[in-house]
Amino acid sequence: MQPINEMKLEFVSKSSNEAFARVVAAAFASQLDPTIEELADVKTAVSEAVTNAIIHGYENRYGIIKMVCRQFEKSVEIEISDEGKGIENIEEAMQPLYTSKPDMERSGMGFTVMQSFMDKIQVRSKPGEGTTVTLYKEFNSLDGLQ
Amino acid sequence: MDIKFSNRGSTLIAMFTGELDHHFAEYARNKIERELMKATTRNVVFDLTGLNFMDSSGIGVIVGRYAKIMKLGGRSVIICSNQKIYRLLEISGILKLMPVFENLDSALQALLSA
Repeated sequence: MQPINEMKLEFVSKSSNEAFARVVAAAFASQLDPTIEELADVKTAVSEAVTNAIIHGYENRYGIIKMVCRQFEKSVEIEISDEGKGIENIEEAMQPLYTSKPDMERSGMGFTVMQSFMDKIQVRSKPGEGTTVTLYKEFNSLDGLQ
Repeated sequence: MDIKFSNRGSTLIAMFTGELDHHFAEYARNKIERELMKATTRNVVFDLTGLNFMDSSGIGVIVGRYAKIMKLGGRSVIICSNQKIYRLLEISGILKLMPVFENLDSALQALLSA
């Protein structure tokens, strides 16, 4: 499937960029005219993925986070990647309540929230090389609109 | 993001406004901790009505405080009327730990009656 529109963004792994990234992703997705609820879902999922890249990927050190957003007729795909630590065991990391940093009061619900708020998520990771999370959401509110 | 505090007897009411994410999590945590140190506090109401965004970092902040309040023999409740944030609370499992109310009156009543 060919995207009808695409954008790329690179930013430094600073926590103040979490809000920046989710607002940019939502603004781009809003071109498709989804509902406010659907946009809020996108915002929350992006916030989780970017937070993971900062805390777990780069462990609060300096790094570059890349975000690629693609629009399709009635859906968006958002790819968030870091070149940080990577995940040893993706299946374990995606378990609800699992956290590698319990001392930091992380809820361990990041991936669960992404899965619940988006239609599909894909995680690719290599220890020592980085992680890419791809979030996919269909805007069902656009069904029947033309 | 900001938190304003008020007291009703031994109950501390923490009113959140703005966006609660990882960026503001530490600030929120420290601010609530400082209030919890004040001797009169027993129960806490987390009033999320004024939040227009929250992600799982916010859940971490609330659950962390919940555990502390429990240890000190107090109870905590949440006020949330925002559907999106309610869904997040639901998914996170926090509803099994803390009751959620739509407004301050019902939250305070629940704390009083138990």
